[in-house]
Amino acid sequence: MAKKDIIGLIRENVIQGRVVQDDESLDGGMVGEPGVTELVEEALAKRLDVRDIINKGLTEAMTLVGQKFENKEYYIPDMLASAEAVGAAMKLLEPHLAQSGIKPKGKVLLATVKGDLHDIGKNIVTILLRGAGYTVKDLGNNMEPQSIVNAVRVEKPQFLGLSALLTSTMVNMGDTIQALEESGLRDNVKVIIGGAPVSEEYAKSIGADGYGSDGFQALAVIESLTST
Amino acid sequence: MPREGILISNPYKRITDEQVRQIHRASLQILVDPGLICFSKKAAEIFQSHGAEVSAVADADHPCWHIKIPEKLVMEALDSAPKTVKLGARNPDNALIMKGDEPRVFFISGSETNIWLDVDFPTYVRKSDSSGEIQVPEFHPRRATVADLCQSAHVCEHLETLDGYIRTVNIQDEDITGDNKDVNKFFASLNNTTKHVMSGLTSLEQLDNVVRMAELIAGGEEALKENPIISFITCLVKSPLQFVEDTTDAFIEICQRGLPVVVSSSPQAGTTAPIKEAGIMAQINAEVLAGITLGQLVNKGTPMLYGSVPVRARMDTLSDSYGSVETSQYNIDCVQMAQFYKLPNYSTSGVCDAKIPGQQASIERLFSDIVVTLSGPQFLHCAYGLLDCNAVFCLLQAVLDDAHFQMLKFFLNTPKINQPELAETMKQIKEVVATPQKLYIRYIRQVMRSGEITPPYPFEGDGESDNVFALAYQRMNELLAKPVEHIDPETTADIFREIPGLLPRLNVYKEGK
Repeated sequence: MAKKDIIGLIRENVIQGRVVQDDESLDGGMVGEPGVTELVEEALAKRLDVRDIINKGLTEAMTLVGQKFENKEYYIPDMLASAEAVGAAMKLLEPHLAQSGIKPKGKVLLATVKGDLHDIGKNIVTILLRGAGYTVKDLGNNMEPQSIVNAVRVEKPQFLGLSALLTSTMVNMGDTIQALEESGLRDNVKVIIGGAPVSEEYAKSIGADGYGSDGFQALAVIESLTST
Repeated sequence: MPREGILISNPYKRITDEQVRQIHRASLQILVDPGLICFSKKAAEIFQSHGAEVSAVADADHPCWHIKIPEKLVMEALDSAPKTVKLGARNPDNALIMKGDEPRVFFISGSETNIWLDVDFPTYVRKSDSSGEIQVPEFHPRRATVADLCQSAHVCEHLETLDGYIRTVNIQDEDITGDNKDVNKFFASLNNTTKHVMSGLTSLEQLDNVVRMAELIAGGEEALKENPIISFITCLVKSPLQFVEDTTDAFIEICQRGLPVVVSSSPQAGTTAPIKEAGIMAQINAEVLAGITLGQLVNKGTPMLYGSVPVRARMDTLSDSYGSVETSQYNIDCVQMAQFYKLPNYSTSGVCDAKIPGQQASIERLFSDIVVTLSGPQFLHCAYGLLDCNAVFCLLQAVLDDAHFQMLKFFLNTPKINQPELAETMKQIKEVVATPQKLYIRYIRQVMRSGEITPPYPFEGDGESDNVFALAYQRMNELLAKPVEHIDPETTADIFREIPGLLPRLNVYKEGK
């Protein structure tokens, strides 16, 4: 398959939200045809330029997906499926970024705070961030402040995303930020919070750097903090 | 292919089968004792010639007869009345096939109100802060015109859930008279919708003109019989138990022509019928059976709908309380009676006591729409746009009602729970549980596009603002701007040439239009 064809197919499959060959396209077709994972593997085997795969394949596709979302042709599940496909591609491309001279966009640690098992929002943010090219480490849920601090120390992320669904657990976001302060790591990481009971005001009151009312806003906040 | 309507898989039953039989027996008893008073000489003669006991009422202000209808006549009529009734349409795909033993519901408009409710959205400025503005809907009632009837037929043509059109308003233009009302209301309706058109008849003298107009549109006398694009509503029995002269005479003529007809009765519990459920049910059922019996005696096999518009009286005004819970109970009971006789039922829901669109209107109409639909009447009328105890029609409300019926139709779809469906989702469960995010979101997409997921409420505002009326108004205007398929120019010319009394301004092909 020619280089252009593979890149074009990667783009098309991201738009269709197909991670692997077993996945269906939007209209239920394409099952058995290579998905983004198989296509990126093939592109790497053929030594295609990683920059082309990312810029002409993944990024161009996500731009189109974003336009379709704006035009109400696509809905959130479509965006997430495409982001998931990009996330799968980036995982395969990650080991090749350095030798291609591509600087990773940034690393994000995500966690649902102590006492809270609700992680749908955090999981959606994980998919969206990976789809946008961030390296994401998902620490899971019910995370003690000290465990999060330890992970920040080891992983050295640029961003920490904290999530909570309950009014009784959101206070643990503040405790986690406090623990970061006490460990001397607070200035190394930007802290973004999200979840149903929290707000912009609450984020400010506990000393967080940003607040995302939903997954898309969380991504937008991180993108804006990345560029500053 | 005719319209699908919505098939109710497990119709709600309010009364037991034994209670249905008890009402049936009580109604038969009422038809003999006390029987009915009949103000139509023709009807009295028909009953008498078929063995009913008929005697002139002495000392009455108007000539009238006392009629006792024996059970045998009623049972023969129930036997000969068709169990399947077709209501045709200009577009054959909009035909309605109603089977008395199949609870397939069709949603229909209604029902000749005198008042049309206009709406506009004036802007108000906040007293405390002149930069704060708000648009508030205002409703303005006025006498309805033939132009309003055209507009409502036009919008109803485009309302997806609406299966058939009953003229919504009573046309009261200055140039509309008793002699030309029928032809104009039928033409205005037929010319603006390709769905079935049903109406009452104002003047018996106009029946032949109306039927001839329908024949011209359908393609001749036989074609109209095959595809009855019009049908008639007749309230020939006025509660309690009186055959009125003019409607009964019109009913007899309609039956002679073999066109579909609704035998409707509208007793009011508390005033023209007993306040108790058992009483109003025994009476309304007797009244409808009396009408069906007469119609079948006139012309065996005339297609008929068992028409029921029972209501409870409002305690404060003694007007019809369509919004009362009891009204829905009576209507469901009537659905069950019609099902017992295996006759298609013309039932009622969606009318509210509220005078304008709003929360009360939504609550009252949605309540009756849901519960009456669940019982499975074949022809559910009054369901769009009616307010103020059936005195007012509002086109904006009809558009809002369409959204209600979208939800209701969706709710009543057939559950898809079967082995292939379960096998497919079991595969999904295994796949998702094995992923780190454990989300099923990717599987939404195909289902969403297949139409299996309800769309959001179409008039949802942004954030905390409630823009329901403004968005529905916008939708109403979009539908008005969308063209409808009028009757073709040649047929229109034939109609205007042959049918007297039509208003020239209704001819869309006339120069200057």
